[in-house]
Amino acid sequence: MSAETHGSIARHGVPEWVWYVGLPVAAGVWWLLYNQLIPFSEWVTSLFPVAPDSHTGEAIAFFVYDVPKVLLLLTGIVFVTGVLRSWFSPEKTRAILAGKREFAGYPLAALLGVFTPFCSCSSVPLFIGFVSAGIPLGVTFSFLIAGPMVGPVGLGLLYALVGWKIATIYLVFGFSIATVAGFVLGRMGLERYLQDWVRELNAGPPADLPDERLTLVDRLKIGLEQVREIVGKVWFWVLAGIGIGAAIHGYVPEEMMLRVMGGEAWWSVPAAVIVGVPMYTNAAGVIPIVEALLGKGAALGTTLAFMMSVIALSLPEMIILKQVLTFRLIGIFLAVVAAGILATGYLFNLIL
Amino acid sequence: MKTVKVYGPGCKRCEATETLVRDTALKLGIEVDVEKVTDAKSIAMAGVMSTPGLSVDGKLVHAGGVPDAAKLEDWLSA
Repeated sequence: MSAETHGSIARHGVPEWVWYVGLPVAAGVWWLLYNQLIPFSEWVTSLFPVAPDSHTGEAIAFFVYDVPKVLLLLTGIVFVTGVLRSWFSPEKTRAILAGKREFAGYPLAALLGVFTPFCSCSSVPLFIGFVSAGIPLGVTFSFLIAGPMVGPVGLGLLYALVGWKIATIYLVFGFSIATVAGFVLGRMGLERYLQDWVRELNAGPPADLPDERLTLVDRLKIGLEQVREIVGKVWFWVLAGIGIGAAIHGYVPEEMMLRVMGGEAWWSVPAAVIVGVPMYTNAAGVIPIVEALLGKGAALGTTLAFMMSVIALSLPEMIILKQVLTFRLIGIFLAVVAAGILATGYLFNLIL
Repeated sequence: MKTVKVYGPGCKRCEATETLVRDTALKLGIEVDVEKVTDAKSIAMAGVMSTPGLSVDGKLVHAGGVPDAAKLEDWLSA
């Protein structure tokens, strides 16, 4: 018997009142910790034998302030999102989308992409499930783009670390790219570029799952389970991202940043996309880098393009989808989404 | 003798589900034949979109995560 089994049976036995009392207490502790971040980081920084205004001092200050801040935010956002998403499921989303006209389907799919829980390990069965239920390919793509692109973790961290204006711009344009790219892909008649077996597949009717009635405590448990799983999986990327952010913040001279990522150089936007695609991390890992880049005067359009391509276009995801899509279709998909990201990048470099 | 199928491409949660099924069956003294379905096509054909999914004697009972231990006991002893 594994320890985990004992754990889940034991957890099941926790009485409900523990949750109702525990949740406000946990929220209170969270709030207290979050408000102690500045004194805490100043105290930790003062323990290092370096001048606070030196390059190394600046980098250390960035790191010790951002690590607890991002981890606290990540925990809070993942919990709330996990609870909210317990009202959604891929099966329900499929039923909603399958009944819709194509045109309304795109924004709706993008919206549901944000709220439907799914991990990239099940994107292949999900893809097949959607397409075989008669949901148009383009609508399915809108769903798949929006999920990572405008995920709550990315938006929440952007809001807390960079500010509401940029978070709002990101939300509006990320959502638009998911909708429009899905629409464009849908117009291209790409069904013939699916792998042969997917086209021939006539998957059975949607599984008739008994509606599992969840209590509020069940939903809170799902949220906690999500925290355990996601924070346990991404903490390393968070530390790595903050480390890179700290190095940029402490050591990269501003005039160099302006030359490479400023709005003047026309090539900076495509370069940001090319660098961003193979970078495999998640929103929580990339936003501290974004924070440091913007702080050093990088142009907003270039930075947005970088962030979007890191989060929304990832090579591992493409390799998973290779099971159902031909190389040609993957190439077209990448090109259309990248075009949307480039357009966003150039637009903001131009108007700001 | 129950036939249980665990649908999933082999992620961590799928393995946790398989272990949970075996442990629960052992605890209840029920004989089970556990089969892991890892092929994306077969998973989709069974109507599962979020993994891990679980079927008992050919009937899909759960999808989208490690099942709750108490509910699993009900499904196995039904």
